[in-house]
Amino acid sequence: MSTQEPFTIEQFYKFLGQRKLMAGKCTRCGKIHLPPRPLCDECFSQEFEWTEVSGKGKLLTYSIIHVAPQQFQGMAPYAVGIIKLENGIKIPGMIAGATQEQLKIGMDLTIDFGTCNTAQPWPQWPRYCFKRWSSSSKRKIRQKKGSKTEFR
Amino acid sequence: MNGKPLVSIVSAGLSKFGKQEGLYARELFAQAVKEAFDRCPRLEPKRDIKAMFVGHMGESYEHQGHTGSTVADWAGLLNIPATRTEAACASSGAALRSGIYAVLSGLADVVLVGGVEKMTHRSTAEVTEYLAMASDYPFEQWHGITFPGLYALMATAHLHDYGTTERQMAMVAVKNHYHGNLNPKAHMQKEITVEKALSSRVVASPLKLYDCSLITDGASCVILTKPEQAGKFTDSPVHIVGSGQASDTIGLYERKSFTSLLSAKLAANTAYGMAAVKPEEVDVAEIHDCFTISEIMAYEDLGFCAAGDGGKLIESGETRLGRGIPVNTSGGLKAKGHPVGATGTAQAYEMYLQLTEQADKRQVKDARVGLTHNVGGSGATATVHIYRSAL
Ligand SMILES: [Zn+2]
Repeated sequence: MSTQEPFTIEQFYKFLGQRKLMAGKCTRCGKIHLPPRPLCDECFSQEFEWTEVSGKGKLLTYSIIHVAPQQFQGMAPYAVGIIKLENGIKIPGMIAGATQEQLKIGMDLTIDFGTCNTAQPWPQWPRYCFKRWSSSSKRKIRQKKGSKTEFR
Repeated sequence: MNGKPLVSIVSAGLSKFGKQEGLYARELFAQAVKEAFDRCPRLEPKRDIKAMFVGHMGESYEHQGHTGSTVADWAGLLNIPATRTEAACASSGAALRSGIYAVLSGLADVVLVGGVEKMTHRSTAEVTEYLAMASDYPFEQWHGITFPGLYALMATAHLHDYGTTERQMAMVAVKNHYHGNLNPKAHMQKEITVEKALSSRVVASPLKLYDCSLITDGASCVILTKPEQAGKFTDSPVHIVGSGQASDTIGLYERKSFTSLLSAKLAANTAYGMAAVKPEEVDVAEIHDCFTISEIMAYEDLGFCAAGDGGKLIESGETRLGRGIPVNTSGGLKAKGHPVGATGTAQAYEMYLQLTEQADKRQVKDARVGLTHNVGGSGATATVHIYRSAL
């Protein structure tokens, strides 16, 4: 993996646009940073390498947002949660198409890079979300044309 | 320090909390300082007050930043140094801390600390967006997680891990509305029932409308001085004997626990240690009930009960006025209201009233030791202060 790219949030989202979930790994103490950061908060090293992270994980906690800010009002109600990835890193995000009844702490989720693009000037970050994936969950998530996930 | 007073509160003021149509933040702040000046006739504000710190969270509400000097002007206190402190909902808890630093440093003998927020002229969607600025932008706000959403994530975990119930959360709202009804300055002056709270509309599951604090206009302040000088201004000061503040990750998702705020625990430990006070010695407390689950978690973080027992504590009724440890006698953020930047010093104002026996219908009998707990955002900041009556 190239070490040219800066270890920043901006770069994290650039990789995300390339459908890669990337974290920075401190080459001195080994701590994995997601989001990546330019100064290790553990050992203050500035030496990192990129490491690709599995997007599979388990749901730690969740909520269905009903009262949303302007930007998200068209999508409400929508599910959000905090997911513990296989390497132990935690990451928040929306959970596509999930209802209160379908959500269970500990359920399997995987990242979905299908995203909505935003027209705003800053930031121009893509949005990931999570979807259900385990074989025990038979329900399929509704898909739009292409691979974009529909949120409701 | 071991219980020695750090600073003394010699006066305090609070604007009416609620919808204050047509009044700007600086005008609300003038209401609060006027009360504080009137309560303390031996204080000559222009001569005695040497510095000011004022908590204010959002410049978006009024398109107005630079709050320190603005409200110092409207308080009639130019040209003292006046600085805005910002730590989201703990902005004036941080102002109080800053005032303590200033007095203890010897740079200023008498300091006015306060806070203000003007919110009700904005739509709920706008307020939702401004409040969310207290949380992480790139991973929380960006993915549609609102401020109630973050506490909802904590609530889901607390319900799951400890068996806390939505009914117990509703009981926090019922208690605080009961107290608010006894406070003429509270935003909400009416009692509610558990059924009403439980049947209100969902904001972010499992949090419903009555689990959320209010969008409120208001301002608050207290005046601090060195303990040895307090007698110059008043015969009944309230001493601050413990002060703790701690930080944590801006993103909730990075924390080890979603059912406890580490920052609040750390701030409480510092304050208890400094004050040489144990949790069971606290007679009255103002707790940051931005959501009902926050009060339940705070019971645990402050050592009022064991981890996981917060739901049982509210259900026992022990935190109601007249019982073992009355919490949020002012009505709390839930019923008195939560003008974000004003909340920390509004809690200190309630302690000043309680510990000088001026709390009228909501007076806690023989209150001698008080505690305030002010949380910023989802817990990236917490301040805890412990007070002792001089009576
Ligand atoms: Zn390191």
